Amino acid sequence: MNPTRKRRLTIVVLVAVAAAVAAGLGVYALQNNMNYLLTPSQVQSGQAASYTTFRLGGMVKAGSIQRSSDSLKVTFTVVDAGGAMPVEYTGILPDLFRDNQSVIATGHMSNARFIATEVLAKHDETYMPKELKDAMAKAHEGKQVEEAGNPAKGLQP
Amino acid sequence: MTPELGQLALILALLLALAQGVLPLIGAWRGNRALMAVARPAAAGQAVFVAIAFGILVWAFLRFDFSVQYVADNSNLELPWYYRIAAVWGAHEGSLLLWIMILNVWTVALATFSQKLPEVFASRVLAVMGLVAVGFLAFIIFTSNPFGRLLPMPGDGADLNPVLQDPGMTFHPPMLYMGYVGFSVAFAFSIAALLGGELEQAWVRWARPWTNVAWAFLTCGIVAGSWWAYAELGWGGWWFWDPVENASFMPWLVGLALIHAQAITEKRGSLRAWTILLSIFAFSLSLLGTFLVRSGVLTSVHAFASDPRRGVFILAFLTIIVGGSLLLYALRAPKVAAGKPFNLLSRETAMLIGNLMFAVAAAMVLLGTLFPLIGDALHMGRISVGPPYFGFLFPLLMLPVVLLLPFGPFLRWGKGDAGMLKSMLLRVTIAALACAIVAAFFVDGQMKAIVGVAAAVWIGVGVLLYAYKRWREVPRGRRYPAEMAGMLLAHFGVAVFVVGVLLSESLSVTSDVRMAPGQTRHIGSYDFRFDGAHRTTGPNWRADQGVVTVTRDGKDIAVMHPQKRTYPRGQVQTESAVDAGITRDLYVALGEPMDAGNIAGAWSLRLYYKPFVRWIWAGGLLMMLGGFVCAADKRFRLKRTVTRAEPAIETRLQETRA
Repeated sequence: MNPTRKRRLTIVVLVAVAAAVAAGLGVYALQNNMNYLLTPSQVQSGQAASYTTFRLGGMVKAGSIQRSSDSLKVTFTVVDAGGAMPVEYTGILPDLFRDNQSVIATGHMSNARFIATEVLAKHDETYMPKELKDAMAKAHEGKQVEEAGNPAKGLQP
Repeated sequence: MTPELGQLALILALLLALAQGVLPLIGAWRGNRALMAVARPAAAGQAVFVAIAFGILVWAFLRFDFSVQYVADNSNLELPWYYRIAAVWGAHEGSLLLWIMILNVWTVALATFSQKLPEVFASRVLAVMGLVAVGFLAFIIFTSNPFGRLLPMPGDGADLNPVLQDPGMTFHPPMLYMGYVGFSVAFAFSIAALLGGELEQAWVRWARPWTNVAWAFLTCGIVAGSWWAYAELGWGGWWFWDPVENASFMPWLVGLALIHAQAITEKRGSLRAWTILLSIFAFSLSLLGTFLVRSGVLTSVHAFASDPRRGVFILAFLTIIVGGSLLLYALRAPKVAAGKPFNLLSRETAMLIGNLMFAVAAAMVLLGTLFPLIGDALHMGRISVGPPYFGFLFPLLMLPVVLLLPFGPFLRWGKGDAGMLKSMLLRVTIAALACAIVAAFFVDGQMKAIVGVAAAVWIGVGVLLYAYKRWREVPRGRRYPAEMAGMLLAHFGVAVFVVGVLLSESLSVTSDVRMAPGQTRHIGSYDFRFDGAHRTTGPNWRADQGVVTVTRDGKDIAVMHPQKRTYPRGQVQTESAVDAGITRDLYVALGEPMDAGNIAGAWSLRLYYKPFVRWIWAGGLLMMLGGFVCAADKRFRLKRTVTRAEPAIETRLQETRA
C-alpha cells in the first residue's frame, strides 16, 4: 500500500471507529435520559406506568397551593381538562409560579402523588410551551385551555 | 412617517442585495468585469440602507414612538434609555434587523479588505454574502416587519421582557450575532472556492483571521449568556443544556474545528475538502441557531418571542442554503481536494482527532436538541432529552481532546518526533499527578475535583512547557508571534475553564432554606445571617429586598441584597446577589415570603457557596482573547500581496470554467 492510501485508510478507520463508539454511547445516553411529558389525565389512565421519571404538565389549580409551616415543602394540584394530580415539591418555586399558571414538573410517582424534583413555570404571559399545549389539547374534554395571547401552533413536522 | 422610511430603506436594501448576489456571479461566470465590479458598490449601498433602517428603529425607541407596534410591545415610558436601545434586539423582528445589520458590517469590511484578492474570487465571495442578505431581508420584509404600525397609538407601551433588563443580556445578542454572522465569511469563501473549483492556500490564509474573530465573538457571546443565566435566573447554574444554549454551542464547536482545520489547510494544503465542509456546517448551524431561538419550533423555558408562523420560510431558507451548498460540495469537492501526506504521528493527526471530536460533539448536541422533533415525527409521544444526556456524553468526547492538547504544539507537521513526546509525557504526567495528590488533601476526597486539578495541570503545564521551549530555542523577537501567542492563550484558557468547571461542580454547596429574620445558616465555612426584607424601588421596578450578612469566624465578609423585583406589567424577576471572589462566589437568591404578603417575616432563600466558579468564565474569556490575538498576526496580512502577484490564478480559473 502506498503512503497516501495508508493514510486514507487510517483516517477512514478512525472515523468509522469514532462514529460507532459515538453512536453506541449516544443511543445509550438517549435511552436513559428521555423524558416523556404527560398530563394528569394521561397519568390517571395509566400511561405513566412504564416510566420511572417523567414530566407532568398542566395548570396549577387555584387555591391548591399549600406550604408547610416549618420547611420548604409545598403541595399543589396540577390539573388539565380531564384530570387532577397532587404534586409535592421541596424547594424554591420559580418566579412565575402561581394559581392558574401552566407548569411542567419533573419527577416520579409515589403513592398516587407526584414527587417533583424540578418545577418550571411558563416564561412569560404570552407563551405556553407548544408541547404542553398540544398535550393538553389532546386530553381535551370540552374545557378550553386558557388561550395564550399568541397561540403557539408550531411547525408540524 | 419615519417608520415607513425604515420600511422603504429595507426594500431598497433588498434590491441592492439582489444585485450584489446575482450580477457578480454572472460576471464571474462570463468573465464580465463590469458585472463583477457591481459587488462592492452594491454592498456599500445595501449597508447604508440597512443602517438607515436600524437607526430609524433605534430612534423610534428613543423617542417612545408607540405608534410602531414593535416599540409598543417592547418598551414603555419608564424603561431607561440604555434598555430602550437594547430593546431593539429584545424580540424577534429587531433581532433579525440586528442580524442583517451585522452581516452588512462584515460584508463592508470584507469588501474593503479583499481588494487584493483575485477579482473573480472576491466577487464570488461578495455575491454569496449578498445572497445570504437577500434571504434575511426577504424574511424581515415579508414576515417580520419591525416597522408595522399600531393604530390608534397607545399612551404607553408594554415592557421589555424583564429577564433581558440586565447588562449581560444587553451585550449577549450582538456578540453572539457577530459570531454567527462572522462564519458567513468562511462560508462565502468555501462556496466561492467550490464554484471556481479551486482553493488556494493563500486564500485560506487570508480567510483565517475572519474565522478566528467570528469564533472569538461567539465565545464572548456565549460567556456573556452564561454569566447572565448565572446572575439573573436565580438558579445559580452557568450552563443548562437548554435548546437555546445548545443552538449557540453547536456553531461554536464546529467553528472551533474549523479554526484548526483552516490552520492545517493553510500551512500544509491538506484537508481542503474537510475545511470547506466545516465552513458550510459552521454557517448552517449558525442559521439554525438563529432560527431555533426565534421560531418556537423547540420548547424551552428560555424561548421568549417565539412565533412559529415563520417556520415555513425558515425551513425553506435553511433547505436552500444547506441543501444547495452540500449539493455544490458533492459536485465540486473532489476538484479542490489535495495536500501533502502526513504520518500517523504528526500534528495533523492530533488536530484531526480534535476536529473529529468537536464534530461528533456537535452532532451529539444536535441530536439531543432536535430529538423532540424526531420523536414527534415518529409518534413516540412528547419527549425531551434531559441534561444528563449531554452531561454524560460531552465530557467523554472531550476527554481525548484534553489528553492530546498539550502534545499538539510539540508535534511537527508531517512527522512527529517520538523521543521528545516521551519526555513531554513524563513531565506533564508527573506534574499532573503531583498536583492531584496535593489537591486531594484540600477537597475532601471529591474525585471530580481531583480529576479537574489533574486535567488542568496536564494542559496548563503542557502549554507552559511549549512556551518555555519557544523561549529557549527561538531568537528574541520571533518567539511569540501573535498567532502563537493566541494559541497559547486559548489553550491555557482551556486549562482554566476545566479546573473551574470541575471544582465548582464538585465543591459547591447549595441550600434552599427557610429563614426567619435573625436566623443564621452555615454554608461552606461561611455563616449567612438573614436580617429581614424590606421594600425598595428602582427606575422601573419595585422590589422586596432581603439583607443577608455573611461572616466567617466572626469576621464580616459581605452584606448582600438579593431582590425580588416586580416590573410595571406585573412580571416578577429574581435578582440574585453575588459576592464575587477569585477562589469562591457567595450567592444568595430570594425565594418567596413564607406567609404570602408578610414580607417582614420568614422567607425561603437559596444560599450558595461556589468555589472557583469565576474561573469558568475566565477560561472562556482567555479563549476569546486567544482568538482575537491570533487574528492580529501580521503574517495573515503581509502575504496578501503575494496573491496579487499571481496572475496565473485567474487564467487557471478561466481554464477550470471552460
